[in-house]
Amino acid sequence: MVVPAMLFIFVFSYLPMYGVLMAFQDYQLFGGFFHSPWVGFKHFEAFFNSPDFWNVMRNTIVISLLKLCIGFPAPILLALMLNEVRLMLFKRIIQTVSYLPHFLSWVIVGGFVGSMLSTDNGSVNMLLMGLHLTSEPISFLSVPEYFWGILVGTGIWKEMGFAAIVYLAAIAGIDPHLYEAASIDGAGRFKQIQLITLPCIRPVIIIFLILAVGNILNAGFEDILILATNPILRDVSDVIDTYVYRMGILNNRFSYAAAAGLFKAVVSIGLLALANKAARKMGSSLW
Amino acid sequence: MMKLSAGDKVLQVMIYAVLLLLGFITLYPFWNSLVISFNVGSDTALGGITFWPRSPTLDNYEVVFRDSRIGHAFLISILRTIVGTTLSVLFTAILAYGLSRHELMGRKVYMVFCIITMYFSGGLIPTFLLLRGFGMMDTFWVLVIPGMISVYNMIIFRTFFLGLPAGLVESARIDGCNHIGVLTRIILPISGPVVATLSLFTAVYHWNDWFSASIYINDTRLIPIQTLLKQILNSNIVTDQLQKAIGSSAAAQDRLALVQSVTSKSLIMATTMVATLPIIMVYPFLQKYFVKGVLIGSLKE
Repeated sequence: MVVPAMLFIFVFSYLPMYGVLMAFQDYQLFGGFFHSPWVGFKHFEAFFNSPDFWNVMRNTIVISLLKLCIGFPAPILLALMLNEVRLMLFKRIIQTVSYLPHFLSWVIVGGFVGSMLSTDNGSVNMLLMGLHLTSEPISFLSVPEYFWGILVGTGIWKEMGFAAIVYLAAIAGIDPHLYEAASIDGAGRFKQIQLITLPCIRPVIIIFLILAVGNILNAGFEDILILATNPILRDVSDVIDTYVYRMGILNNRFSYAAAAGLFKAVVSIGLLALANKAARKMGSSLW
Repeated sequence: MMKLSAGDKVLQVMIYAVLLLLGFITLYPFWNSLVISFNVGSDTALGGITFWPRSPTLDNYEVVFRDSRIGHAFLISILRTIVGTTLSVLFTAILAYGLSRHELMGRKVYMVFCIITMYFSGGLIPTFLLLRGFGMMDTFWVLVIPGMISVYNMIIFRTFFLGLPAGLVESARIDGCNHIGVLTRIILPISGPVVATLSLFTAVYHWNDWFSASIYINDTRLIPIQTLLKQILNSNIVTDQLQKAIGSSAAAQDRLALVQSVTSKSLIMATTMVATLPIIMVYPFLQKYFVKGVLIGSLKE
């Protein structure tokens, strides 16, 4: 029973890995992997020397760091706040609402963002103009300065509630006696969060942090393809993944794109190992 | 119930306020889009549409449903979700069952073989070329087959199967049941929550995925709704064509009214709502499952 599935995994997961070799070839459409000439590191050099390289690297790193620094703590904060809510009905409603965006496709989220931010009476512009913060509608999705904020904010809007589930479960597993004891000792709720809740869910936080660091070069793909449709944004929106897509699939530069993709994979694995090492020093690790 | 100090009360009030604001920000884009989709497009363009439609209409939906491409894409999405989810969950369960059996020789090797694929992959370009090489471009199956086995789901299934009492399978085997029978008649029926959760996640993936169709499919008859929506969002030309196509098929007097009242924005919002609807409809029923599912998934870490 296992053999057909294994063959299947071999074909759809391992055969493409072999295809990584084409980063070292001048891949010819009709020759395939076997008849294309080997060119060594030519495509890697071309990628490192290309004028796009530093731009793409900067965007990849900045966008990931922003997502890590703002997007990572957001669900923890949400879980902490939800945990303080005493009205169960209120808590349940807010939770139900907060999960919902996770189940929507990026296309739909993109439609919402476009509608909210549109200059053509989008709600955000109506609000800003109503408050007299701006006199002209702002075309948010075509101003490079706003793009990172919109990208990170939309990502948090979409995933915060869903990511909070695990933290809520971890908080629910904390022994209630700890809180009672702290409260008798005179600790207020804020102190209790600081001294009991946070230390108790620390292992969970660290595991998710390691996973997030391992993903650091995955700055985004679908979200950027959807939100950055305006070519004006390319200077701030192009990350390695979207660059690979554009070069490979749209411009047919297969070998060049595969080289850029391979570079990313190697760096990611290195970062994951580093993050794990750091975490082991803090007392927990992935493997 | 512990007594609250003054400081705690301030904290409580602040938390309720922040959570209310978050809830509002999360829901508002849905609500506003829904309202716009039910408002006369030319009226929406005047501005000020926030919580309620000012001049309610069903025209936008009429245009959307009259467009045969949208209806067709909707059907493709439904077909893909049903076929893709069934195949994926079934085959993933078969693999997990096999790997959970102690009599299987070399199951450690098989496990490692599977797990490696979670961390290394050939990447977008080689996968694209491979599938093209197989001649799977522009077929329905390219949307379903490559993702059929999910190693992540397999591990969740396997962990669950390993926790079932061993005697269950043994007695069925002694009664002459073969492995397929054991799996489909005994194991899967008692794995309800896991099957439900993993089916839900797989179905949501298939319903929402727009990217694979956008690179593997050119044939307009095979485009799922999300991919079509993406195309519509990206160009106003498409919506213009859509309006014209509607215009020529409707009766002459309706035609003018429709084309005048429906704008590309109202049309986009109506299409977005059509693509969102199935998820919103099943969402309340599935909530209790996916919370459980996330926790099963994270146990493995």
